[in-house]
Amino acid sequence: MTSVQSTRSQLESRLRGNERNAKPLRQFLLRHPGIVRLGVVILILIAWEIAARWFIDPLFIAPPSRVFLSLGSVWQTPGVPAALRLTFFELAVAFVIAVAIGLVVGLAVGLNPFARRSVMPIILLLYGMPQITILPLFILYFGIGAESKIAFGVTHGMFPITLAIVAGVQNLKPILLTSARSMGANRWQILRWVILPHMIPSFFAGMRLGMSGVLLGVLLAELYVSTAGIGHFTEMFTENFDPTKLFGLVATLAVMAIVLNEIVRRAENRFSRWR
Amino acid sequence: MARRDERAAGLGSRAVQVGFVLAILVLWYLATNRWGVNRLLLPNPINVWQQLLDVLRSGQYLPDLRVTLTELAIAFTLAMTSGTLVGFFVSRSRFSVRVFEPLFAGIYSIPIILFLPLYVLFFGLGPASKIALGTTISFFPIVLSTIAGFSNVDRMLVTAARSMGASDYQLFRYVLVPAALPVVLTGLRMGFTVALLSIIGSETIASLSGLGHHIVELAEGMDMARMFAYIAFVVAIAAVLNGVVSSLQKRGSRWR
Repeated sequence: MTSVQSTRSQLESRLRGNERNAKPLRQFLLRHPGIVRLGVVILILIAWEIAARWFIDPLFIAPPSRVFLSLGSVWQTPGVPAALRLTFFELAVAFVIAVAIGLVVGLAVGLNPFARRSVMPIILLLYGMPQITILPLFILYFGIGAESKIAFGVTHGMFPITLAIVAGVQNLKPILLTSARSMGANRWQILRWVILPHMIPSFFAGMRLGMSGVLLGVLLAELYVSTAGIGHFTEMFTENFDPTKLFGLVATLAVMAIVLNEIVRRAENRFSRWR
Repeated sequence: MARRDERAAGLGSRAVQVGFVLAILVLWYLATNRWGVNRLLLPNPINVWQQLLDVLRSGQYLPDLRVTLTELAIAFTLAMTSGTLVGFFVSRSRFSVRVFEPLFAGIYSIPIILFLPLYVLFFGLGPASKIALGTTISFFPIVLSTIAGFSNVDRMLVTAARSMGASDYQLFRYVLVPAALPVVLTGLRMGFTVALLSIIGSETIASLSGLGHHIVELAEGMDMARMFAYIAFVVAIAAVLNGVVSSLQKRGSRWR
């Protein structure tokens, strides 16, 4: 009897021990997908490192470790800090202009049913046009400097912002307008206290979409032709077969894009919760 | 009465749209013929029309169109196959969705056109770099919508089919695919649009042939009327392709 019990307890404790040894890691990973995700990224980087070090011609690809170590020298290349600043400036100016245009056009079109019916199809048509085909025209009209990049970024960013604002105004419940009016609110008061607060979520959604549009437009124009911006340096590094610096510069820009996207995304999350 | 009002409003908005197009054409004509805007900045609309007819009649666009469409076909096929396969297998467990979905969504939020110089360095100036870039860019909307489509299938449907004894294949064919298809098709349409845009874009930025390249060639040659005509031609091609894909998507979503 006792021997049976003791073997059973032994078995149980052994099973529990197994569980304790093998399962926790599995359990832990199952509970933290973020760590597994990090592991996947590290595996990809290792595969890239191995491929770049031993299998692929170093003229065309650089291993991540070398890219990382040479980041400092990329940023110290004469002209690169100024180019990054210039690109950032172009992005900022284009974004501000796109938001201003989107807000004004969006409100003007969204608040007037007739304008919405008549102008919206035109806006949608223009938005659906592949703008990349007219990039050479932008260079022709605005020159090869910062102006053409800003203009191209603005035309990419303003449409999504306009559409989001029109959608936001459309979602406004008519009863709110009616009750505000019946309480004697004037036009300005309705705009300030009813329409604007209700537009905030769609405004920030539009800002997020507008930011990716502006990034796309400015970077396209930069890559197409550039004298002092980052497009100039990506071209130079490509022509010199200097993949290490090219990867470093592209990585810097990717980080810049991620940070900008993240800022508008955070702002959206924060300000859409106001109600 | 209300219907007549509606019709009147419809006519009014139609009139604004037609008026908008006419106003642009008239302004364009006056600007070039009367107000003396430099021909190098804005060509005469009549010249552009003649050039457009000439482009269409001469068939000179054929080699470029062939290059671009081949690149597009290969890139989209690659992205569609890899995107739906990867998306389907990721969607098979909740855990892998939570691991991979944010990863794909994160990369998708970067403007991937940034990597074009790397692709050009690696694949050269020819069609290969455009195909690779187009594949990469259209992979992400496809994989994300495939994951969304297959991982949001109603559990009830799956359980019901299982309890009626459906095999894995039957479950896939008659439950999962019909439920996920509309979302997947939306992703495929978005993938097609961005593939087309990125291929024309990368041809504009760095290439030896293709529709985008031809526009740049005309711009550099300052052949403005022909360039405008060519832009109109490319925009029309893009509109036709996108229209075809949209109608395919609508037809596919209706099927159940």
